[in-house]
Amino acid sequence: MSFYSDASFFVVLAVIICGAAILGLSGRSLRGYGFCASVVMLVCLFLREPTQGMWAAAFLALACGCAQALMSRPKSKLLFVTTLLLTIAPLVAVKVCGAMSVASIGFIGISYLTFRAVQVLVETHDGLIERMSLLDYLYFVAFFPTFTSGPIDRSRRFVEDLHATRSRDEYAGMLGRGILLILAGMVYKMVIAAVLYGQYNPTAFVSTVPFHNELVHQVKTAYVYGLYLFFDFAGYSMMAMGAGYCLGVRVPRNFRAPFAAIDIRDFWNRWHITLSWWLRDFVFMRLARTMVRHHVFKGKKARLRTSQVAMVANMLLMGAWHGLTADYLLYGLYHGVLLAAFEWWSKTKFYKRHHMGVCYRLVSWFVTMQLVFLGFALFSGQISLIVRGA
Amino acid sequence: MTTMTHEELESRMLDLLEDICLLDSMAAVELLVSIEDEFGVSIAPTEVPRNEMNTVNLIIEQVEKRMA
Repeated sequence: MSFYSDASFFVVLAVIICGAAILGLSGRSLRGYGFCASVVMLVCLFLREPTQGMWAAAFLALACGCAQALMSRPKSKLLFVTTLLLTIAPLVAVKVCGAMSVASIGFIGISYLTFRAVQVLVETHDGLIERMSLLDYLYFVAFFPTFTSGPIDRSRRFVEDLHATRSRDEYAGMLGRGILLILAGMVYKMVIAAVLYGQYNPTAFVSTVPFHNELVHQVKTAYVYGLYLFFDFAGYSMMAMGAGYCLGVRVPRNFRAPFAAIDIRDFWNRWHITLSWWLRDFVFMRLARTMVRHHVFKGKKARLRTSQVAMVANMLLMGAWHGLTADYLLYGLYHGVLLAAFEWWSKTKFYKRHHMGVCYRLVSWFVTMQLVFLGFALFSGQISLIVRGA
Repeated sequence: MTTMTHEELESRMLDLLEDICLLDSMAAVELLVSIEDEFGVSIAPTEVPRNEMNTVNLIIEQVEKRMA
């Protein structure tokens, strides 16, 4: 069963939500129920792919073992590095095998599972997570609404939700909002994204028709793809958020009107928010902190250079995480360079003087959107199709 | 505190994130490293939610809490 697309998924989801509503509205905790529902859902997910299911179970056992081991000695640097490498290793293996088209230990959801598992390890080492019961840990990493593609929740927030006592009214509000989100997400993904996908027709650059016509066709293709990607993923994210709310978990929001972004930094605070904030907190800030501590860059430009290098590395990793292909790596590099360039631009006198003005904001919005859709054309492989030719 | 002017007091409560866009992620990193160097207090990047450390007063409060 595929999550958020098969009819059978929605039937099981409806049954699960009915049960949650009865429990929640009578003021009972949804922790045990939600955990059991997640187990049932994951069994359904992997029913047709038992090998994947086996790898998923093995990964969960490994991640759980690593987290529990580190919690017993959180300050040990050696243990931290070992558990971190062990937790990341399967995903790296999957990505490398994927790039070489070799069958591997991959299973649906491994990328997102790795994010959640790594967050617990890093925050345990930082002393922010002292203990997490086995049930809370397993529920957090295997929470079915966000299992396959996020949004990427944070464990301390998640566990707080599990143990919160909610009044009937409070839960009723969450349930209502959850159901609305699921319905709105269905419209996004199954109606709007489906129509857009029908219009999406990427082709190699045809030199027999006038250049102008071909250019218009390519630009239109890039726009259709970008809009499709938004409605498909934002729709999925809304449904995942909605299912979470019905189970009493305030799954964080993943999109905030990304096409209203007035600059590229603003865009990443609106597009796939949980991913970009995860990378900001666990990659960018830590990398930048190490560079500042060791004075990697010196002089007047040290600050700018540090943040630029950390940004490019951060976004390259984001690209690599999507897949080790030229398209994804270039997509990551492209956004890293754009962010680094914006970092410089935002320090200029011109920017400081004009960035609040209406004209500046309009022009900046327009330019940002063109850059964003060019990025989507890289991501979708449209650019490489054009470069390679038919 | 008593010798502080009204303007100084106000600036201590300004939202560094939203109002004057001073505290971007890079500035936050520098702030955490400086606090480490100056006061020997280590604050992890995800330790304090951004809305609890986005004014000068709140930053002072977070550092004092850890030095006590």
